[in-house]
Amino acid sequence: MSAIAAVDGPGVPALTEVRVRPAFEPVEDVVRAFVVATMFWGIAAFMVGVVIALQLAFPILNLDLEWTTFGRLRPLHTSAAIFAFGGSALLGTSIHVVQRTCRARLFGGDLMGWFIFWGYQLFIVLAATGYLMGITQSKEYAEPEWYVDLWLTIVWVVYLVAFLGTIMRREEPHIYVANWFYLAFIVTIAMLHIVNNLAMPVSLFGSKSYILFAGVQDAMIQWWYGHNAVGFFLTAGFLGMMYYFIPKQADRPVYSYRLSIVHFWSLIFLYIWAGPHHLHYTALPDWTQTLGMTFSVMLWMPSWGGMINGLMTLSGAWDKLRTDPALRFSVTAVAFYGMSTFEGPVMSIKPVNALSHYTDWTIGHVHSGALGWVAFIVFGAVYYLVPVLWKRPALWSTRLVSWHFWIATIGIVLYITAMWVSGIMQGLMWRAYDELGFLQYAFVETVAAMHPFYLIRALGGVCFLLGGLIMVYNLWMTTRMPVEAGVPAGQPAR
Amino acid sequence: MTFRHATIERNVLLLMVLTLITVSIGGLVQIVPLFAVESTIERVDGVRPYSPLELAGRNIYIREGCYTCHSQQIRSFRDEAERYGHYSLAAESMYDHPFQWGSKRTGPDLARVGGKYSNEWHVAHLMDPRGVVPESIMPPYSFLQDRPLRGRDIAQHLKANRAVGVPYTDEMIASALVDLGAQANPDADASGLLARYPKAVVGDFDGNPRLLSEMDALVAYLQMLGTLVKFSDYSLKDLQQ
Amino acid sequence: MDFPELIAFLRSLWVVWFMALFIGIVAWAMWPSRRRRLEEHGQIPLRDDR
Repeated sequence: MSAIAAVDGPGVPALTEVRVRPAFEPVEDVVRAFVVATMFWGIAAFMVGVVIALQLAFPILNLDLEWTTFGRLRPLHTSAAIFAFGGSALLGTSIHVVQRTCRARLFGGDLMGWFIFWGYQLFIVLAATGYLMGITQSKEYAEPEWYVDLWLTIVWVVYLVAFLGTIMRREEPHIYVANWFYLAFIVTIAMLHIVNNLAMPVSLFGSKSYILFAGVQDAMIQWWYGHNAVGFFLTAGFLGMMYYFIPKQADRPVYSYRLSIVHFWSLIFLYIWAGPHHLHYTALPDWTQTLGMTFSVMLWMPSWGGMINGLMTLSGAWDKLRTDPALRFSVTAVAFYGMSTFEGPVMSIKPVNALSHYTDWTIGHVHSGALGWVAFIVFGAVYYLVPVLWKRPALWSTRLVSWHFWIATIGIVLYITAMWVSGIMQGLMWRAYDELGFLQYAFVETVAAMHPFYLIRALGGVCFLLGGLIMVYNLWMTTRMPVEAGVPAGQPAR
Repeated sequence: MTFRHATIERNVLLLMVLTLITVSIGGLVQIVPLFAVESTIERVDGVRPYSPLELAGRNIYIREGCYTCHSQQIRSFRDEAERYGHYSLAAESMYDHPFQWGSKRTGPDLARVGGKYSNEWHVAHLMDPRGVVPESIMPPYSFLQDRPLRGRDIAQHLKANRAVGVPYTDEMIASALVDLGAQANPDADASGLLARYPKAVVGDFDGNPRLLSEMDALVAYLQMLGTLVKFSDYSLKDLQQ
Repeated sequence: MDFPELIAFLRSLWVVWFMALFIGIVAWAMWPSRRRRLEEHGQIPLRDDR
């Protein structure tokens, strides 16, 4: 507790003395449930990630069982990380944020909230169990089969209605920008999900279906979907989180609200064009590839505009980074966002992509975004939210938050540096010629050369998992602390 | 403050509609022409729908998530041409629902793996990858060998494919089950199969004549990959998109 | 004008439209007279009750 008391000090502006009583009773049980689900699926995703990373280093770990091969576990890992961990965080925080910033109770109340929660959890379980049994469309990040897709569509529509309905009955005249980002996330994901998953089931009682589109068109639509799962699920949604939680944690308004408006429109316009950079030098027509590259490079600008907006919110309050390790997560997340949104446009340039594509460099890039940006901004938000939602005076231990921060950061650095080296090395080995003009390396030699880096990557993953477990323990202990009378929940103890 | 419901409602719906328009433009410009512009898919002969056994094998390839480690898309580089063969054409995956171009080469590209290795090699490799290639990190797929191929509903699969645009004829659908067995049985009369699916490779793929296994189907699929187009018939100019 | 030409023509135009629209949004958002009102919205999350 003593560490927390240090939060208060000169330079921290006094809290508003007069507290406006809420004219509404926000739906909070559902948000709490989503926070628990976020942590549960987060640990699951990190754990499966460590397992499949180790499988690539030690193939014996595939266990010679059909349910535990890399091919079946890898979609389990990606879906658990993106849709279960990231999705639960997005749905939970969006319900929290939209109620607070609109000062209105969730449209549809507890009933709708619980439907969204359990409906979404059912989607996750249906998808995950399907993967293990080999039920998959084998379209990246869109693996769930038609019946799971239909169920998600129903849940998603209810979610959209609840979100829109809450905004419609708001008391705050202006719709706060975080809600713009959440709304763009919800409607765009709906569009992408429906189009990319149009399929013909073989029978109504079987799981197998055939996707409507074929070959080159299917490839384009898949990466239009796939890249914008990154753009709208993993970026726009989490930017909504950034625009609410960083001002809350720093107790300062966002650096420039006007910049956030420009950020919003330019980001959502540009992102949707970037898909073809996943298909450079393939059978996709050249004009499409060039268009994809051009917009990917332009995307660098709004991304950095957003990063500057997030980071500069701290101006005049940088000292809080020393005292509030939870804020450190949020700010580091924005820094990683800046880094990976710089790396992305570079990798989308065709000659660079010629080297990086099909290699681990892509995997490293994805993880600097997924671990550094997505997971860190979630950690920051959850560390802030748990005391607020459970009405506890503060976190149980800020020291453990610090430990989590450093262990996870070291994990990310190990992960992405290992993947840079292995990716660039393998790309160069594939195209290396000997002095006689023959290809220098057999493919399998390039596989064998990856081994040490796969070990380092797995070690990075273990660090990240360890950090997650520390967080769960800390949060668990926080919820077991006594509710302190007289101290407004979520405020540092004074 | 006055609560003007109508205005507010308009605003958030307006925001949603404007957002939808903004995010639709890019997709429309990039996707619609791929269907409309005829040169997107090169005009080459030889590409045909998958035979029933190949389709069943492809479904196993999909089920096992092979795309997580293997691409099926050779890019237009010298080293890739030397390692894997002619660069991939859009036409070659025109009947692929879904496409399996992949995004990662933890293992080698498979777009033209057909005919490069013997059936025995494939079976031994799938049973125990490290028994054949000691440095390999591929999982073993020995369970495919003993598992009977469930192909009773194969005609339904062809129909579903036809519904999404693959030109399976009534004759192909009617004889789907027969063709499924015939392709894995060297003693059967394969003339009908070969007339319907030119260049189909017939053989007892898994080396076990008593069982039509999932291994039979997967190897049949691998052995046809990239073999349909005869590239010596075309110049680079013919292949321009 | 056949279809590919039309596509090419529209593509070149998109850049112009996009730039005009973008400049319009920036001008609207950054217009000095709107500064006060817009930046005031930034206070919304800080006003909500905890």
